[in-house]
Amino acid sequence: MKTDIILAGVGGQGILSIASCIGVAAMNENLYVKQSELHGMSQRGGAVQSHFRLSDKPIFSDQIPLGQADIILAVEPMEALRYLPWLSENGMLVTDSAPFINIPNYPDTETILSEIKKLKKHVLVDANGLATSIKSPKSANIVMLGAASKYLQVSFNSLENAVCEIFKNKGTVIVETNIEALKLGRDFAEKYLCN
Amino acid sequence: MQKKLLLGVEAIAQGAIDGGLSGVYAYPGTPSTEITEYIESNPIAIERKLHRVWSANEKTAMEAALGMSYAGKRAMVCMKHVGMNVCADAFVNSSITGINGGLVVVAADDPSMHSSQNEQDSRYYGDFSMITILEPSTQQEAYNMAYQAFEISEKTGLPVLMRITTRLAHSRSTVETKELKSQNEIKFPQDERQFVLLPAIAKRRYANLLNMQPVLEKNSEESQFNTLEDAKNHEFGIVACGIAYNYLKESFIGEVPYPVLHIRQYPLPINQIEKLAQECKKIMVIEEGYPFVEKKLRGISQTIEIKGKLDGTLPRQGELNPDVINQAFGIQSKQKYQTPELVVGRPPALCQGCSHADMYEVLNQVMTEFGKGRVFGDIGCYTLGALPPFLSINSTVDMGASITMAKGATDSGVEHAVAIIGDSTFIHSGMTGLLDCVIEKTPVTVIISDNSTTAMTGGQKSHGESRLEKICLGLGVEREHLRVMTPLKNRHEEMYSILKEEIEYQGVSVILSQRECIRTAARKAAKKRANVQ
Repeated sequence: MKTDIILAGVGGQGILSIASCIGVAAMNENLYVKQSELHGMSQRGGAVQSHFRLSDKPIFSDQIPLGQADIILAVEPMEALRYLPWLSENGMLVTDSAPFINIPNYPDTETILSEIKKLKKHVLVDANGLATSIKSPKSANIVMLGAASKYLQVSFNSLENAVCEIFKNKGTVIVETNIEALKLGRDFAEKYLCN
Repeated sequence: MQKKLLLGVEAIAQGAIDGGLSGVYAYPGTPSTEITEYIESNPIAIERKLHRVWSANEKTAMEAALGMSYAGKRAMVCMKHVGMNVCADAFVNSSITGINGGLVVVAADDPSMHSSQNEQDSRYYGDFSMITILEPSTQQEAYNMAYQAFEISEKTGLPVLMRITTRLAHSRSTVETKELKSQNEIKFPQDERQFVLLPAIAKRRYANLLNMQPVLEKNSEESQFNTLEDAKNHEFGIVACGIAYNYLKESFIGEVPYPVLHIRQYPLPINQIEKLAQECKKIMVIEEGYPFVEKKLRGISQTIEIKGKLDGTLPRQGELNPDVINQAFGIQSKQKYQTPELVVGRPPALCQGCSHADMYEVLNQVMTEFGKGRVFGDIGCYTLGALPPFLSINSTVDMGASITMAKGATDSGVEHAVAIIGDSTFIHSGMTGLLDCVIEKTPVTVIISDNSTTAMTGGQKSHGESRLEKICLGLGVEREHLRVMTPLKNRHEEMYSILKEEIEYQGVSVILSQRECIRTAARKAAKKRANVQ
């Protein structure tokens, strides 16, 4: 089994932390991993993406071919749409619904959301709202990780352990908050898909 | 033996540490920066007190590493591809001197220019210097090569170039580490004049380099890093270099129907290529960067049909990916969706509250008095001043070129030329250009937009810190024309007058526009808060 994930967002939104969590979880489950990311100029408030591939067999390319991603996991709705050419026919799009507007010509938010709703398999998450509800707006990215967790080929337990490992240097409060964020995202996505 | 999830660049760092490294020398540059950062914070590197302080530029880095090699120890130099241009004098001559302790140079190329001004291919530098080049295709290979490269260097008596590209540098995968080796002891070169490149000695050393070429070629033929995989269909023989092999395997879901020669060590294994050429009707060359191997193959065989970047089978520009390879072999893409038309570009931009933004805002106002086309930029975050909303700068070429291009334009009669350069870039390559201006009393205004860090690459230490004033005065800038300003919203009027006065002055002016990078400031504050807790 293999899972190809496109992670998308704007520089500074924390997609690399999401990637680290999935990476640690996958390694602890002895899966093969390849995760390519962008650094440097491309990060300065611009569009950023990461190709994340996990599999129980060796992986060749660091980049996912067009039309073959199982999931687009985005922390910004327009950025989610940017990478649609990579999504497979039956792929799932999971994105934060809150726009990050740092450009003058940002399109109408409702039009963006209705574009996303055209996809059969999608989850729109108010990650900022959920993260703020536990008084940790910075955990919005982990809420998103939780929302996508069912489709990531690693167990929820592994993701929890990964979150603990990655945030442990920041103290127990931050670890616990992020575990809560992860669960909030997971529960939200399950309810969303039932409706 | 440990399993770690590492970026390609981190794998190189770990491989070098485990391979008995004594010092890393580097100037930050995407996608190479994290090699040195990893060594900076690695517990073994700290315990062993390995040298791991950033150098002023790639040339000083290369020379210091050569000095460490002279002393018998193992040294590594890391840089982005354009850094090779900066250190080229030292690099090319290091193959003439040869080495004593193992010397490895890592050049990280950036095809697709994710964060660079060109796509130059560092293999040409290795070829030009006639040394071994290693080009890993996986993170594990990156580790293994860094680990072994010192031995290859010591056995051949020559430096080794490791060439990587962005995708390998910044892609993460699991890496299994090897046994930690001890460092070399200090040991002077047996030949006390080995490193003295006087013509008489250099001639002898160059003859040695030429004599070594058949040895390097033999090493490539026998290298575990060059492998030929046979297959039934001999319509094509494929030469795939470094990570190009991964995309090829991806396209054919692991089962490539044609024979594949996977090259990861140069000089080229000519015998293996000739064997492939004899058995196959056509050769396809797949390589990241310039058509380096493809051109060499055209020299080797005049008769065989060679497909690649030169005949348009593969694109000449940009990095490779599985889709490009699919297209070359006529494999149908599985693409289903298009990006909706409403999606607009989101170019990188200066951060909210960035000190460069205040500086540009005021400079734009001042320059309306002096006219367009006379602001020369440099390399760093402030290069983004070329984009809207600022549209402030008229050039960005290479590290330090702002000052010297402003000088040249002034020499030709352009008045009121201004150079914008960052603190770290000024230390890297701006000082000598400023000296040229002082020598001729050229009327240019140099703004050092000093945010106390090397910001674009993630906030590495800038050696300009607390030294800039002294350096400028030392170079001969007049005290009264060395001005300091704080780029803040409520200081715009004061900034305006300083800029106007100095741009009008018919001599060399330096304006230090000083305010800390808001990102480093935020990181420091967060660290402080964490320590209090």
